[in-house]
Amino acid sequence: MAIKFQKSDKPIKIEGAHDMPPMPAALGSMLFNKTGSWRNVRPVIDYEKCIKCFICWKFCPEPAIKIVDEKPVIDYNYCKGCLMCVEECPKDAINEELEGK
Amino acid sequence: MKKTMMGNYAASWGAQLSRVQVIAAYPITPQTLIVEKLSDIVADGELEAKFIKVESEHSAMAACIGASSTGARAYTATSAQGLALMHEMLHWAGLARLPIVMANVNRAMAPGWSIWADQNDSLAQRDTGWMSIFSSSAQDILDSTIISYKVSEKVLLPTLISFDAFFLSHTVEVVDMPEQELVDKFLPPYNPEYKMDVKDPRSFGALTDEQYYYEFRYKMQEAMDQAIDVIKEVCREYEELTGRHYDLIHAYRCDDANMIMVTSGTIAETTNVTVDKLREEGHKVGNLQIRYIRPYPKQDILAAIGGAKKLAVIDRNISPGYTGIFSQELKSALYNEIDIPVRSYIAGLGGRDVKIEDIKDIAYDALEHDEPSDLIWKGVKK
Repeated sequence: MAIKFQKSDKPIKIEGAHDMPPMPAALGSMLFNKTGSWRNVRPVIDYEKCIKCFICWKFCPEPAIKIVDEKPVIDYNYCKGCLMCVEECPKDAINEELEGK
Repeated sequence: MKKTMMGNYAASWGAQLSRVQVIAAYPITPQTLIVEKLSDIVADGELEAKFIKVESEHSAMAACIGASSTGARAYTATSAQGLALMHEMLHWAGLARLPIVMANVNRAMAPGWSIWADQNDSLAQRDTGWMSIFSSSAQDILDSTIISYKVSEKVLLPTLISFDAFFLSHTVEVVDMPEQELVDKFLPPYNPEYKMDVKDPRSFGALTDEQYYYEFRYKMQEAMDQAIDVIKEVCREYEELTGRHYDLIHAYRCDDANMIMVTSGTIAETTNVTVDKLREEGHKVGNLQIRYIRPYPKQDILAAIGGAKKLAVIDRNISPGYTGIFSQELKSALYNEIDIPVRSYIAGLGGRDVKIEDIKDIAYDALEHDEPSDLIWKGVKK
C-alpha cells in the first residue's frame, strides 16, 4: 500500500519500495528530524548591537534565521552552528557560545 | 496537413504541438535549428512557453529538471559533446523521475572534430534511466515527440529521441502534421501528483541512505518494465487518431525470412529498400529495426526473429574493446533463448554514407557465412 504523498510530522514506517514515492522526496521528516542537535557552538544575537540589516538572515544556509517582529531570530531547532552569521555580521553583534554537555 | 520539413523542424513542431512550457537549450551543430525554430515560435507568441538561454548543456538539463520538478512540460535538444556534458544531469532527471523529452541529433564524438552521424553519443547515455528511441524519419521524430510526452508522463521516466545528423536532421521530407486539436485530445496537460510547490514546500532529491536508495532503483526498473506495455498502449491510441503505427521495434518482411538484418536509425530505412531488392533476387531476408533500446523490447525481438536461421547486426557505433552496442544487446537477449549465429557489422561511423550497395554487401557476406562473428568492419580503409 503506497503511502500518500502527504506530509507527516511523525516518523513514517516504510516497509519497502511500495511505501515510497517514485522519487526521493521528503514526506515531512524535517518536521521531526531537528538538526539543531548537531550543533557544537551556538550563535547568539546581541540585540543591543544589532542594526537589523538582515545580512545574517540572507546568508544563513539552513535557513534557520527568521524575521520575527522585524528582528532576526535564530531557530535553534535547526541551526547547525556553522557560524556563517557570525562571520558575516558587519557589527560583530553575534556571539559564539559553546553548547553545554 | 502535409508539409515538407527537415528532421530538425519535425522535432521543433513536435515540441510545439506537445505544448511544451519550458525550453532550455544551448546550440550545437547539427541540433541548432531545432531550438532556433522553437525560439522563433515562442517569440512570435505561437507557443506559450518560457525559452531559457543557458550557458551550457549541463545548465540546459538542470533548467529542464527544475521546470519539470514544478510540473511544467520541459523540452531540450542537443548533440554529441553537448549530450556528454549533460551526463550527470541525465542521471538526475532519471532518478528524480522527471518526464522530460529531449531530442539528440546523433553526431560523432570528438576528436577528430566531426559533426556527422554516429550513435556513440546517445548510446553512451544508455544507463542513465532514460527511455531511448532511435527515429528513422522526420515523421517518426514528430510523432515520437508527442507520443513520448504521454508515455513519459505516465511512467515518470524521461525520453531521449535520437536521429542521425544530416541524413535526417537536415534532410527535407514530407511530414503529416496532426492538428493541434487532435494532439490536445491525445495529450492532456501535465498535472503530476509529485511536484515542487511553494504552497506545499518539501525537499526533493535529498540525502537517501542505504535503507532507501536501493528501493528507488528497484522502482525505476519497475517503471521501465511497465513502460513496454504503456508504449504499446499509447502507440495504439495514437494510431487510432492518426493512422500511423509505431512500436518498440519495426519488423519488415521478417515473417518468412531465413536471414534477418538488425538495424536502427536511418540505416534501417535504407535496409528496408535493400530487403526489397534482395527479395527480388530471391533471398529470403528481413529487416528488424530496433526503435527503443531502453526499455529493451526483448520479447518483441525474440518473436520477430521467429524461425530465422541467422542474424546480421549493423551498428553505426562501437564500444571500443568489444563490438557494436546493438549487437551486444541483441546477443544478450538471445542467450538461453534462441541459438543462431549473429554476425556483427560496424558501418558508417563519423557519418560515412551507408548505401544500398553497402547493405547488400553485408547481406551477401552474412548469407555466405554460417559462422558467427563478433566484429566485421564494413568499408574501413585498412
